[in-house]
Amino acid sequence: MRRIINYAPSPGAKVILAILPFVLLVGVYFLGSSARLAIDPADKLMPGFSSFYASMMRLGTTIDIATKQYLLWWDTWLSLQRLFLGLGISALIGLVLGILVGFVPYLRATFEPFFAAFSLIPPLAVLPILFILFGLGEQSKIVLIVFGIAPFITRDVMLRVASLPTEQIVKAQTLGASTWQMITGVILPQVMPRLLDSVRLSLGAAWLFVIAAEAITAEGGLGYRIFLVRRYLAMDVILPYVAWITLLAFLMDYALRKIAAVAYPWDRIKAA
Amino acid sequence: MTQIIFDDVWKEYGEHIVLERINLTLDDHEFLAVIGPSGAGKTTFLRMLLSQEAPTRGRILIDGEPIAPEPTADRGVVFQRYSVFPHRTVLGNVMMGPQWAASPLLGRLFGARRRAVEERAMALLTRVGLAEHAEKYPAQLSGGMQQRLALAQALIMKPKVLLLDEPFGALDPGTRKQMHELVSELWEENAMTIVMVTHDLPEAFLLGTRVIAVERPRKDPQAPERFGATIVSDYETKCRIVRDSRRFEADRAQARLALVPDSLLSAGGTSAAALVKD
Ligand SMILES: Nc1ncnc2c1ncn2[C@@H]1O[C@H](COP(=O)(O)OP(=O)(O)OP(=O)(O)O)[C@@H](O)[C@H]1O
Ligand SMILES: [Mg+2]
Repeated sequence: MRRIINYAPSPGAKVILAILPFVLLVGVYFLGSSARLAIDPADKLMPGFSSFYASMMRLGTTIDIATKQYLLWWDTWLSLQRLFLGLGISALIGLVLGILVGFVPYLRATFEPFFAAFSLIPPLAVLPILFILFGLGEQSKIVLIVFGIAPFITRDVMLRVASLPTEQIVKAQTLGASTWQMITGVILPQVMPRLLDSVRLSLGAAWLFVIAAEAITAEGGLGYRIFLVRRYLAMDVILPYVAWITLLAFLMDYALRKIAAVAYPWDRIKAA
Repeated sequence: MTQIIFDDVWKEYGEHIVLERINLTLDDHEFLAVIGPSGAGKTTFLRMLLSQEAPTRGRILIDGEPIAPEPTADRGVVFQRYSVFPHRTVLGNVMMGPQWAASPLLGRLFGARRRAVEERAMALLTRVGLAEHAEKYPAQLSGGMQQRLALAQALIMKPKVLLLDEPFGALDPGTRKQMHELVSELWEENAMTIVMVTHDLPEAFLLGTRVIAVERPRKDPQAPERFGATIVSDYETKCRIVRDSRRFEADRAQARLALVPDSLLSAGGTSAAALVKD
């Protein structure tokens, strides 16, 4: 009898094991839903898979009269746009500030404590301020994401810069590098894989902020739709939307991981 | 010509005196080996030569001028670890210095100028035996190969002084022996000054033309940090006159080999041959 940590599943078993929880979840839902539908065919809390399908077909393939849009795609487009803009701006700010503040001692002494304090402000608490300052439109939503995520990415990049061995920085100087050349030739390329990782880690928070902002005010968006149909207890829309958001988040995470692996092969070698 | 002078140099961290009364004059083309117990301040000594640390008292002169306040390209370095850039290939690592020097903004060269640098880099890599690994990343190299890469990377800048901090400390004895040969050959070829910190006494005496031992001469058991380490012994292991005359002989033999065929062909050969004979 070996210790339990020394039993490893074979590759085939791994795939099956990985799928198992998903199948279980769907199965349990199906059983619960069937049981409820058997009692009340008009049950709203756990609609059957056929009503999911019907709702999604309605939202995805028919034009909505009020907005003149295919709602599913329109919502997806709006939310993704907000998410990408917010994440992109956050990553850019995080990269630039993180490298500068992490690398230049004077900037570090000035801004490191400030950033530490700044990143503790709860973003949702300042949402009203953002609405007042930037209005109820797109701007305040994107600022909210940036506000929530940029400090985290900045600090992460700063830590990465600080963790580069001093030997490398001294070596670069003995090879005649200027500060600019060290930033572009030594720091930036070594920070990039970490930046992609921290964007991946921020995906969940970014979705949180998108949905929170949309829930309060928007003319469309995945979060907006979920909160809108909540009034009618329309689980047949909410559940597929949640699954759809999860799938989108998973795909983005996967894409970022692939990009990192292709663009920075040396990072993988080092980790191995 | 490179002359390094330590003029009554002290290094203190707060109350803690690490080095005191360091006086040293190092002539051109010496190979200085620094030995001493752990914590004596050997790395600190090297860091001051690198301008990574400033002396708290006294001054360091290179060729009569005070040492630059920050690391510069005339002093190359190989550390025990982390001397190469993990995100560049072997060839890319060696090409970094020249590219930085030639392209301030991009740090990259293109076209013919890039090929010229590439050729120089490949020649150096061949010299240190890494030519067939040019496209690998440092993480794919063994420890000894990484140190050879770090050497090539530093040498391409043709530094006046090369600083080595226990460069072979992590290598196995066989690899270490190869590295000894390589370093002493490179030292001869490039006519530079080398300062090497080592724990290994035989290594110090094998490679160094001069060996200094850094140690605390006095100890206060109540307050060990009150006294710093200093140079307690200084050996000239390879006499300068012997070295110089040997090099002179070698040069002369070379010159004769180069000139003799010429002198047979040309009419003015007799005078050239006479010169060689002298
Ligand atoms: N930045 C620093 N701040 C305070 N003390 C330091 C600092 N750097 C070094 N020291 C002290 O200076 C002394 C000498 O350190 P150094 O690294 O030069 O020793 P070393 O001779 O290289 O030792 P080793 O052979 O173990 O590498 C040590 O006691 C160390 O604690
Ligand atoms: Mg040391």
